[in-house]
Parts: sequence; structure tokens; C-alpha cells
Amino acid sequence: MRSWLDYTVEVNVNAVAPATTDGREQAAKAAVVSARDVTRQYGEGETAVQAVRGISLDVKQGELTAIMGPSGSGKSTLMHILAGLDKPTSGEVSIAGSTITALDDNALTKVRRKHIGFIFQFFNLLPMLTAEENIVLPLELAGRKYDRAWVDQVIGKVGLSDRRKHRPSELSGGQQQRVAIARALASRPTIMFADEPTGNLDSKTSAEILDVLRESVEEYGQTTVMVTHDPNAAAIGHRTLFLADGLIVKELHGASAHDLIVAIDEVGSA
Amino acid sequence: MIGVSLKGLAGRKLRALLTALAIILGVAMVSGTYVLTDTIDKAFSQIFQETYANTDAVVNGRGADIEFQGESTATPPIPEEILEQVQSVSSVEAAAGTVFDQRDAKILTKEGKAVNTNGAPSFGFGLDTSEEASRFNPLKLLDGTWADEAGEVVIDSGTADREGYAIGDKVQISTLEPAEEFEIVGLAQYGNTDSLGNATFAAFTISEAQRLLHRDGQLDAVSVAARDGVTPTALVKDLRSELPGDVVNVRTGLEQADEDAESAEFTTFIRYFLLAFAGIALFVGAFVIFNTLSITVAQRTREFATLRTLGASRRQVLGSVILEALVIGLLSAIIGLFAGLGLAIGLNELFKALNLELPSTDTVFATRTIVVSLLIGTVVTVLAGLFPAIRATRVPPIAAVREGAELPKSRLAPLAPYFAIVTIAIAVALLGLAMFKDDLATAPRLLSIAGGVLLLFLGVALISSRVVRPIARVVGWPATQIGGVAGRLAKENSMRNPARTAATAAALMIGVALVTFVGVLANGMKESNRGAIEDQVQADYVVTAQDGFSPFVAGAGDALEEAGVGETVTPVRSELGKIDDEAQYVTGIDPDSIAETYAFEWQDGSNAVLAELGRDGAIVAKGFADDNDLRVGSPLELLAPNGSTALLEVKAVYEPPPFFPLLGAVSVGRELFDSLYERPRNQYVFVNVEGSASAAATKELETAVADFPDAKVQTREGWIKQQDEDFNTFLTMLYVLLALSVIVSLFGMVNTLVLSVFERTRELGMLRAVGMTRRQIRRMVRHESVITALIGTALGLPLGIFLAALVTQALGQFDLRFEVPYSLLVVFAVIAIVVGIVAAIAPARRAARLNVLEALQYE
Ligand SMILES: Nc1ncnc2c1ncn2[C@@H]1O[C@H](COP(=O)(O)OP(=O)(O)OP(=O)(O)O)[C@@H](O)[C@H]1O
Ligand SMILES: [Mg+2]
Repeated sequence: MRSWLDYTVEVNVNAVAPATTDGREQAAKAAVVSARDVTRQYGEGETAVQAVRGISLDVKQGELTAIMGPSGSGKSTLMHILAGLDKPTSGEVSIAGSTITALDDNALTKVRRKHIGFIFQFFNLLPMLTAEENIVLPLELAGRKYDRAWVDQVIGKVGLSDRRKHRPSELSGGQQQRVAIARALASRPTIMFADEPTGNLDSKTSAEILDVLRESVEEYGQTTVMVTHDPNAAAIGHRTLFLADGLIVKELHGASAHDLIVAIDEVGSA
Repeated sequence: MIGVSLKGLAGRKLRALLTALAIILGVAMVSGTYVLTDTIDKAFSQIFQETYANTDAVVNGRGADIEFQGESTATPPIPEEILEQVQSVSSVEAAAGTVFDQRDAKILTKEGKAVNTNGAPSFGFGLDTSEEASRFNPLKLLDGTWADEAGEVVIDSGTADREGYAIGDKVQISTLEPAEEFEIVGLAQYGNTDSLGNATFAAFTISEAQRLLHRDGQLDAVSVAARDGVTPTALVKDLRSELPGDVVNVRTGLEQADEDAESAEFTTFIRYFLLAFAGIALFVGAFVIFNTLSITVAQRTREFATLRTLGASRRQVLGSVILEALVIGLLSAIIGLFAGLGLAIGLNELFKALNLELPSTDTVFATRTIVVSLLIGTVVTVLAGLFPAIRATRVPPIAAVREGAELPKSRLAPLAPYFAIVTIAIAVALLGLAMFKDDLATAPRLLSIAGGVLLLFLGVALISSRVVRPIARVVGWPATQIGGVAGRLAKENSMRNPARTAATAAALMIGVALVTFVGVLANGMKESNRGAIEDQVQADYVVTAQDGFSPFVAGAGDALEEAGVGETVTPVRSELGKIDDEAQYVTGIDPDSIAETYAFEWQDGSNAVLAELGRDGAIVAKGFADDNDLRVGSPLELLAPNGSTALLEVKAVYEPPPFFPLLGAVSVGRELFDSLYERPRNQYVFVNVEGSASAAATKELETAVADFPDAKVQTREGWIKQQDEDFNTFLTMLYVLLALSVIVSLFGMVNTLVLSVFERTRELGMLRAVGMTRRQIRRMVRHESVITALIGTALGLPLGIFLAALVTQALGQFDLRFEVPYSLLVVFAVIAIVVGIVAAIAPARRAARLNVLEALQYE
């Protein structure tokens, strides 16, 4: 059984739709992830923390959304909720048109296999597997027959063709993050989430990783949500959301790194 | 996913191996037990099959079949004429007679003492070694010739090897006659059986054997071969019709082999005995596996969470951990299976070292051994891994992105104490049921004891994580005093993950509890034994067989009486007899002198009664009298193995100490006894000397029995000590077998420490960075290990004492004493500390070797 979404993704991939920075063009596309009045409270009573206070947003097909904001503003919390890793205290999240907030563990696992890819700040590779084995792991977990050619293409894309048989301990940080990106792309997820993907890398390596991410959006139309503190990273996005104190306080479209630095100051001092 | 778990396992080879060791030992014990007992079994069945291989029928004496507690009486002999009668039967092709005795032909060592067979037979044969009769000969001549005339003998090669005899040597052999010298003309073995264990044999000519074993004009058996075309059954039928049925029994060779093999059932006992220890080792191993997998699962929380974010379902996570357990289990089982072959040799050596040699032949490696070993190793490991596997499934995907994510507590965790209490309650109920319910068959009784003990250990282990902190505070105190800051940290470390420390300590607890149980119970038994002997025996000396318990030739007693060394010499005869159709030990006492050496605790009667025993009086033990409603004046019928009976009257009832009554259920006068049993034997000869026991008196007594090398002269105290020593030998075996489970728990401790060190890499780096020396690091790990071992001991000692108290209570009717051997318990505690120190060696070295910089960067 195929949902309409699989179809769109495939179409997108084959068409290699060029991403544009034009917000109006994006608006025509469907929202693949949407959040309605999401709140998240940690703890009870005195020590309760309102990490997210009521956020609604839509992430559209093929769009790269960056989320910025001061430390503790709720970026990670929001992203975890969008990705179904965490449940909101109130509100609702839907991915590819179906609500995930009430799903049980098994159903959520299926959603993850089909629709979601992750890139972590600390890579989270399995140390005993080679680069290639790490990359195909999600496909094997799903037990699907997979497209070898596509996997090869992805590995080529992230520039790891000559590092397939290496284990994570034999790779640099940047190379490890490339493995993680390839792993996320390999299953052609409906949406890819990245929490500070360059947070653990130097600026040169960060730039390379950002290139890979940008290309995956441009060439494959990979819908992506990325949390970052780095204006250079956010600058590759179509739009940037600014969070402060659990709320979206600002939204920029097609902003440059410079615009973003200015905005950060505003939000930070707000 | 399968690849993930297998590769993960391969990446943690050392840890996997340490985990596997815990189960390898248990499986090796299972496989070793089977290999050993199968080999013994085969040796036995070979003996019996070969004995009757060419024998179609066997004719022997007809007697009363009396069996009691595994002992049975010898079959009576048949007149020599029977052989000619058999040979004249038309369907008989050939027949040969044998003289055969199981216990009286004692080969003497070069020092002049009887070879101690520890209860195994010392066979004496009179064999027809002529050409026609060779087919019936159960022995295989290895070297030399058969005995051809009086004064010649063939002995078994095993004894010759052990005692340094060769062909041409002279050897002393005592029989029912005093020791005589024979020339060894040949060495033989029993069929194809390499070793008969402790048993010995001496084969003479028939007429020589008849003289030595008091079989003048008699044979013990006639072996018969049928003419071609006559079936064994037909032959038996013919023989039965020709021979006097009231004198002889005729069976086919096969029937006779089966009949004989029944007495070899003790290998079954050895098998279950050893398997019980294998079970204990596996149970402890299961704890270790459970604990190790729990720790690794906890340490891999992040890995499982990442897998979950990548789309792994709970089932896949569960499967991956179970698969890991399965692989470890299967590998351990395979290694254990083969290690068992070596262990079988070790067990055999253990028995040998304890002077309990068992017969052997080519090693038997049965399919059953392979199947059971592989299955049990795998199943135990997977079962032990089930709970950690389930916990792994509880890891939420979000743990992949949280710093220091911990394994979520099981939803059942808050219920654990209640669960533990219920388990302990069930355990105690089962134990109580097993021990205090009278009308329970042996099988359910043993099962509920085993189940009860098992549950008790589980229950205590479950609750132990709650008591780890208080116990650690107490047993960790010395560490803080002698170990300085390292000791203080060690104490804190042992308390910071109570569940882990508890599970590690619980594995050791089981071994400590069982060792304590055995030690306390054994101490009580020794005390009871001494009490029972001191209450009964008033003699200065007790003369017994070399092994201390077998009946021995009456001649030794006669010699003592004739020598006139003692003031009083009272032989105590003992044999089996049937009383009112029930097999019992019957004692023959000397009415004139017994009261001077044996103190009767009269219930109804007095020493005066002894004089009235005559030929129809009997003294009965109270327990037997109660069971059979006997009182003074009641009639009794005694049936002897040769079929003769005596009508008796109860003259008195006495109450011997239930733990070790020296006399049988029924005691009769020696005169009557000797008329019922044709070759009466003494169990003891009590001797009182003038004054008290002295070296000179001992010397005189020994000289008096010099011709009876199986007789052993001991003072009463010496006899008690000898029994304690014999018992200690058995205890040593138990301790060695229990040590196996202690070793398994030692592996568990090594495992936990290695994993903890690995987990605390960063912390250790920090400690080194702020100035801790390698020495202090080592000391810290060592103290933590010792504290864990002491926690195990603190739990195990009381548990063992409790179990011993329970069993003592249950054995109340045997008047078993309960005395805690405190010095022994201190020894156990010291051993536990040593175990802790040994377990810490490798992990401590590992921790100390850490590179500070790398450790600090370690993630
Ligand atoms: N598991 C938790 N339990 C309690 N409070 C939490 C938990 N996780 C986050 N918080 C709190 O929620 C708030 C938002 O945290 P969150 O991790 O979303 O911030 P962030 O914007 O990602 O910050 P950073 O840029 O430092 O990663 C913070 O105040 C944090 O302390
Ligand atoms: Mg964050």
C-alpha cells in the first residue's frame, strides 16, 4: 500500500526539484509536518518548567526550516515533539497528514521507519558497524528490500565512497556526520530532523557538512528541520524560526547569515 | 538486526568470554558427570555381560533373598555333585563349576595390611581354567599362566600395579583362613574392563579356593553351555527338571547378568549426586549472566535508543538481546560440553584421591550428553537474559539525545520487595512441607526441597538490593579504616548501584550458604556420632575391619579371645536376616560379656536378661519394637539367608541412640547366631584391657590379630577420630564440588568489576588527574570487590545456618545435634575475602593502567 506521500517523494526525487528561496512557491506545497498549540511542561508544581508554551507551525514539502534561539528556549524539546520522540503536554502533531500524538509504540515505530530521518549532534553511530552498515541499518530494520543504486548514490553524495568499510572510530568527526546524513537520507524519509548537526565540529568541517545538507535539499527535495546556534547553518534554510522562552518570536525567510546575526541579537535581548 | 547483535558481541569479545565462563563451568559439570557415569556404567555392564557372554544358563544355590538398604546376603553354595548331574543332562554341551566370594579374599600390601577397598568387593575365585571351561572364564589373563596348583594365585593387574607386585613375587592373602603366602603366577583383568575401581580379585584353583573359602565339597555356581540348537530357555527348562529345585536356582545367563547388574545401580546415585552440583553451578551461572547482561544493557541504553530512532521496534530490540544471550549460551554450551571430557577425568581423579576408585573403560560420549549439555547451557543463558532483554525494550527513543540517559526503572520495580517476600514465604512453606510432612514420597520431597532452596535464594537475592547499603556500611567500615581515601571511595562505589552489587553478591551468597549449610550440618553429625558411640561403647578397644565398617572374619575375634590379652573380649556378629518377612540387621552378641563393653539403655529389661537369652531369646531395639508392636514376651520368626528359621521370644527392649545404633534391630545369642549363619562375621570386637588403653596393650592386641590383616585395632577414641576422618574425606569432596559454584560467582565478580571500571573510565581519569596514584586506584577496586564478597558472605552465612537448623529439626528423630562451628565460619569468611581479592586482580590492573588523558576524553 502506498500513500500519496510516497508518491510525492518519489516524484520529487526523480524530478530533482530545485529549491528556491521564494516563500510563495513553497506555500503552494503541502505541509508534511504540522503542530497545533503544542505545549510541553517538565516536572510538576514548584519545579515545573514550561519548555514549550504553545507553538503552531507547518513544515512544507521540500523546505529546509532552521530553528534558532537562546539556550534553554525549547528548540530541542520542540523538535523532539515534532519527531514523535517525545509527547506534548497538550496540542497535536501530525506527520504526512496523520496525527502521531496518540499513537502507540508500534505505530510510532512504523511512522519512524517510513517518514523520519535523524541527524544527531553526537552522531550516534553504532561503533561495531562499518560506515556502509550504519547507513543501511534503518533499511534493514524496516526489513524492506532496498534500492542499492540509491544507497550508492547517497554514499557518493556525502563523499564517503572510499570510506565504506571503515568503522566510526576510524573516521573524523566530519566524516562521521556524513555517515549520519547518509543514514538519514538512505530511507528517503518524508522529513529529516537535525539537532545541532554541526555543534560538535570545527567551522571548516561545519561548512562541508552544511554543503551536503543543502545539496540534499536542493537535489532531492529533502524536507528538513534543523536546530542550530550557527547563523551560517541557518542561512542555508528557506526560513528560520526564532524561539525564546518556549514561543516562536520571529520568523525570517531566505535570510542571510548577517540578517540572522542581527535577529539573534534582537531576540536575545527581547 | 541479527548482524547488529552479532557484530556487537564480536566487539565485546572479552566481556562475552567472561560472561560465557559462568555457564561453561556448569555445562562442563553436566557433560563431565554424564561422561563419567556412562563410562562407569559401561564398565559395569561389560563386567556382567562378559561374565555371562558364553554362558547359556547358571545354576546356583537357592536361598532367601534378603536385601536391606542396598546390602544383600550372599547366595548359599551348592553341593559339588550338582556339576556332574548338570554334565549328564543331554542338552548340555559343557559345564564348569566356580567358587566365588565377594569379600573375604584380602590381598595384603607389602607392609602386611589388607588392601583397603573402601567397601568395594575383594573377590576370591576358584576357577576351572581347563580348555573346555575357558569359555566360562570371566577373567582375561594379561600375563603369565593360570593358577595350576595349591600355593599359586592370579591377581588383578590393577592391584599388582598399585601395590608393586609382579609375576614370580610372593604375596600374602588372607581368606577365611589366616593369611598365607602365595606365588603370583599370572596377572589378569576382568574381561575387557581396564579397571575395577577399588575392587581386587585373587583367582586360585578350585580346590584351593574350596579350602580357603570354606567350600569343601561345594561350589558357588555352575555355568552351563547348551548344545547347538538348544535355546537357553529350553536348557534352563531341562536343567530345572533334572536338578533338585529346593537346593538350586537355574537362570539363563542373561537373567543372571541382569540380576547382578542391579547391584550396580549406585552409578545412578553418583550421577544424580554430581548433577545436583552441576545444577547449583548453573543456577549461580544464571545469576552471573543475568547480572552481566543487565549491566551491559544499561550501558548500551544510548545504543538501543538510537536503534529505536532509526526504526527498530521493541521486538527487534528484545530479539537482539536474546540473540546475544543465545549465542553466548550456545558457545558456552559447546565449550562446556568438551570441557566436560576433561572434567570427567578430573572428577575421577577426585574420587581416586579420596580413595574411591571407580571402574573404568573406554570413555563414553553419548548423544544424550551432547543434547542435554547444549540444551541446558543455551536455555539457562537465554532464560537469564530474558529479563535484561525486556528492560532493553523499555529504553525510549528519546534517550538517544539525552545526556547521561539511564535505563528506565521497570514498572514492576516498586513491587520487588513484596514479590521477594512472597517468594521467600513460598520457599519456606515448601521447605517446611518437605521436611515436616511425614507421608510424602521421596521424589516430591526432594523436589520441594530443591524448589524451596532455589526460591529461597531467589527471594533473598531479590530483597538483597534493599539491604546492600546497610550491609556495605558495616562491612565497608574496615576498608575506610585501612584503605584511606581509596577505601572510602570503594565503600561508596559498592553502594551507588545497589541492584548491581546485590546481584553480584547474591551469586557468591549461594555458594557461601551451601558451604555453610554443609559445614554446620556435618559438625552436628560428628558431634552426634561421637555422642552415640560414647553412650554405647564402654570398651577400651574396638576391633573392626580395615575400612571400619565391613564385617570381617570371625577368626580374628577368636584369636583375640584365645590370646587372653584382654580382660573382656566380646565379638559382635552382624548379618542380614528376615524377621516377619522384613529384612533387618541381626546381631549376634555374647550374653556373658556384652554388658561389660556395651551399655544398653533398657526400656523394659535389665542386664540380667542377657543371661537368659539362650537359643530362643531376642533383644529388640525400641524403634523396631514400636513399629512391629512387639513387647517382652512377643514371638518373632527369624529367617536366615540359607533358608533356616528360628522361633524367638522377645526378652527385653532397649533404646539405642537413633543417630548411630551399633547393634541391629534384633540381637540374639552368639550360639544361635552361629548356627543360623554358616560363615558368621564380626562387625566389631569390643575389648577391655586391664587398666586402660595403652601403647603396650595396643601392641599386644595387634600381635594377637597379626594373622588377620583385615582386623584393625583401635582405641574407642581412635575409632571415633577415624570415623571423623573418613567423614572429612566425604566432606572434602562436597566442598570441592561446591567450590565450583564459588568459582562461577568469582567470574561474576570479575565481570561486574570490569564493567564498572569500563563505565567509570572518565571518573577514573579524573581521579588520576587530581592526584590519585595507580596504587590507590588498584586499592579502591580491590576494596570494592572485597566489600561485595563480604556482602555475599553476610547474606550466605545466616542463610546456610538457617537451612542447617531446618534440616536438623527435620531429622529430629535421629537425634541430630545442632552445633555451629564458629571457627569454620571464620575460615569461610576469610576465603570469601580471598575470592574478592582474586576477583579484583585483573580489573584493578586495568583501571590503574588507564591513560589519564584518554580517559578524560572518553565518551
Ligand atoms: N528532561 C527534562 N527535564 C526537565 N527539564 C527539561 C528537560 N529537558 C529540557 N528541560 C528544560 O526545558 C527547557 C528547554 O530545554 P531544551 O533542551 O529544549 O532547550 P534548547 O533550546 O534545546 O537549549 P540548547 O540550545 O542549550 O540545546 C530548559 O529550561 C530545560 O532546562
Ligand atoms: Mg538543544
